[in-house]
Amino acid sequence: MSVSIDPAPARILRRSRLHWMVADTWVLTQRSLRHIPRVPEQLIFATINPVIFVLLFRFVFGGAIETPGMAYEDFLMAGVLVQTVAFGAVNSGVGLAEDMERGLIDRFRSLPMSTSAVLSGRILADVTRNSLIIVVGILIGFVVGFRPTAGPAGWIAAIALLLLVSLAISWVSSTVGLLVRSAEATQSANYLWLLPVTFASSAFVPTESMPSGLRAFADHQPVTVVVDAVRAYLMDEPPGWQGWGAFAWCLLIIAVCAPIAVRRFRFRASR
Amino acid sequence: MSRKAAALVVDDLHKSYGDVDAIRGLSFTIPRGTVLGLLGSNGAGKTTTVRVVSTLLPFDRGTVEVLGRDVVHEARAVRAEIGLTGQYAALDEHLTAHENLEMIGRLHRLRAGDARRRAIDLLENFDLIGVAERQVKTYSGGMRRRLDLAASLIVEPALLILDEPTTGLDPASRRMVRKLVRDLVAAGTSVLLTTQYLDEADELSDDIVVMEHGAVLAHGTPEMLKKQVGGTRIEAHLTGDHPVAAAREVLAREVLERFGTGPARLSADRRVVTVPATKEPRLLARVVRTLDDLGIAIDDVRLREPTLDDVFLTLTSAQPTGASADSRAGRGPL
Ligand SMILES: Nc1ncnc2c1ncn2[C@@H]1O[C@H](COP(=O)(O)OP(=O)(O)OP(=O)(O)O)[C@@H](O)[C@H]1O
Ligand SMILES: [Mg+2]
Repeated sequence: MSVSIDPAPARILRRSRLHWMVADTWVLTQRSLRHIPRVPEQLIFATINPVIFVLLFRFVFGGAIETPGMAYEDFLMAGVLVQTVAFGAVNSGVGLAEDMERGLIDRFRSLPMSTSAVLSGRILADVTRNSLIIVVGILIGFVVGFRPTAGPAGWIAAIALLLLVSLAISWVSSTVGLLVRSAEATQSANYLWLLPVTFASSAFVPTESMPSGLRAFADHQPVTVVVDAVRAYLMDEPPGWQGWGAFAWCLLIIAVCAPIAVRRFRFRASR
Repeated sequence: MSRKAAALVVDDLHKSYGDVDAIRGLSFTIPRGTVLGLLGSNGAGKTTTVRVVSTLLPFDRGTVEVLGRDVVHEARAVRAEIGLTGQYAALDEHLTAHENLEMIGRLHRLRAGDARRRAIDLLENFDLIGVAERQVKTYSGGMRRRLDLAASLIVEPALLILDEPTTGLDPASRRMVRKLVRDLVAAGTSVLLTTQYLDEADELSDDIVVMEHGAVLAHGTPEMLKKQVGGTRIEAHLTGDHPVAAAREVLAREVLERFGTGPARLSADRRVVTVPATKEPRLLARVVRTLDDLGIAIDDVRLREPTLDDVFLTLTSAQPTGASADSRAGRGPL
C-alpha cells in the first residue's frame, strides 16, 4: 500500500451563516433520507402502526363508542393520523441519541459546519418519512369506510397541519434525546408522555364522555385541538377556534423546544 | 498572528467528570510541523485531552489554543483547521464509504464535485476503493478504522489529531498509517498522536509527553527520555516450562541485579528479565556463565539500548510486573 494523496481541493469561502445552515441541513437531510430504504424495518413498523389502530378501534372498540354527527370511521381517522405522525416523529430523538452513542455526533461537531443543521437535517427527513406514512394511513382509512368530504383547501390544511405536528414532535423528541442520550431511553421516555396525551384526547373517543376535570384538560391540550382541527378540515366542517389553535400549539412547541435542543446540542452533546 | 502561533498550546488544563479528576494541570506545546506523541496508561486522560483539543468537550480551567485560536471562543475557526480520528470510529453505518466521505467533504465546505473527487482519491489511497459502494455496517474493524482516518484528511488539516489510530490495524495498514503521518508532516502538518505502540511513538514523534493521572509525568524527545532512564540493558529470556518457575525467576533476577545498576523488571509473561547494565568489560560472558553455573536455563541473553517501553514502564505505575518488582522499581530520574 502506498500513499499519494492529491492536494485537497479549496473550500468555498465567504457565504453567509444562513447559506451554510441551509446547505448543511440539506446535506444531512439527504443522509437521513438514504436511511429510509436501507433500514426498511423502520418504515414498515411505522406504517403498521396506523393499520393496527384503525383495525382495533374500528372493529373492537368502535361499536361501543358514540360519535354525534358522524360515522365512527370518519371520527377515528383524524385521531389515528395525528397519533401515527406523533409516534413516527419519536424517530428523530431516537436517531439523534443513536448518533451520539456511536460517536457520529462528535465527528459532526469537529467539523466547521452549522451546528443546528445536525438537528434540522434529521428532522426534515423524518417529516418526509412521515408524509409517506400519512398516505398509507389515509389509504387504510378508505378501506375501512372512511369517507372524507373535504375539498382541496380542506385537504391541504389537514396535511399541512399533520406535517407541522410531525415537525413539532420531532423537536420534542430530539430535546428528550439530548437529555437522556440513549436511544432506548429516548424511545421509552417519549412514549411515556405521548401515550397518555393521545389517549386523554379526542383522538379516539369524544371528550364528552370523560369526567369533568379530565375533560377540561382534554379539551385544551394540543392533541385534542390538533385532532379536532384535522377532523374538521377532512370532514369539511367549520374548524372553530381549534383551526388557528392547532397551528398555534405546534408553533409554540417548536418555539420552546427548538432553542432548548440547539443550545443543549451545542454545549452538552459530548459524551 | 496565527502565522507564527504554535500548532497547539495546552496550558494548565483541568477537567473533571463529576468526582473523577481526569485532567489535572496539563500543559504542553506542539510547534508547527512537528509530531507530539501522547503516552499514558489506560485512563491517564489521553482521550479526554484529545476531545478538549478537538472542541468537543468543555473543561474547567486553563487555556487551549490551536494555531493561536481559542478552542472555546473560536471553536468554528479551530474546527476548520483540525482533522480528527477519535479512539472509536465515527461513521454512518448505513451509508457507503463513498457517501460518508462525500458528506463530510460537503460539510467541510467543498463543492459537490470536489467532495466526490476527494472521496475517491482517499478511498483509493486507503485501499477501500473496492468496497467503496458497500454500506459501512458490512465493514471489518480495520476497514472502518481506515475509513475513519480517511475522513480526517478530507481537507489538509493544519493539526491532525489521532487517538490510537493504528489500534486494530493489520501490520500492512499500520505501516501505511505511519508512512502517511510522515508524509503529512513533511508537507507541514502538525500532529497530536496517542498510541499504545511505543515503537510507533518513537518512530514518529519529535516530542513525547508521558501522562499519568491527568498530568505530565515526563516530556522530551524520545532520545532524551531514553537517556533519562539510563543506558544499556541486560535482557535475559528464561526457558519456559521450568518445574519451579517462581524460584527460577527470583534467582535470575538476583543474579542479574548483581551485574546491573538498578532493579530488575520482569515482563508480563514472566519470561524476560531486564536490568539497566553496568559498563564492565565482558559483561555478557560473565552473566551467561553465572546463570549457567546456577542452573538457570535461558534461551537468550543480550545487551540492548533502552526503548520507549523502558521509559514508559519506569515512569508510569502501570507496570505489569509483580508487586515485589513494583515496589523496588524506582521512579526514575524524573
Ligand atoms: N464520560 C466520562 N464520564 C466519567 N468519567 C470519564 C468519562 N470519560 C472518561 N472518564 C474518566 O476520565 C479518566 C481519563 O479517561 P480517558 O478516556 O481520557 O483516558 P485514556 O488515557 O484515553 O485511556 P485509554 O488508554 O484507556 O483510552 C478515566 O479515569 C476515565 O474513567
Ligand atoms: Mg483513550
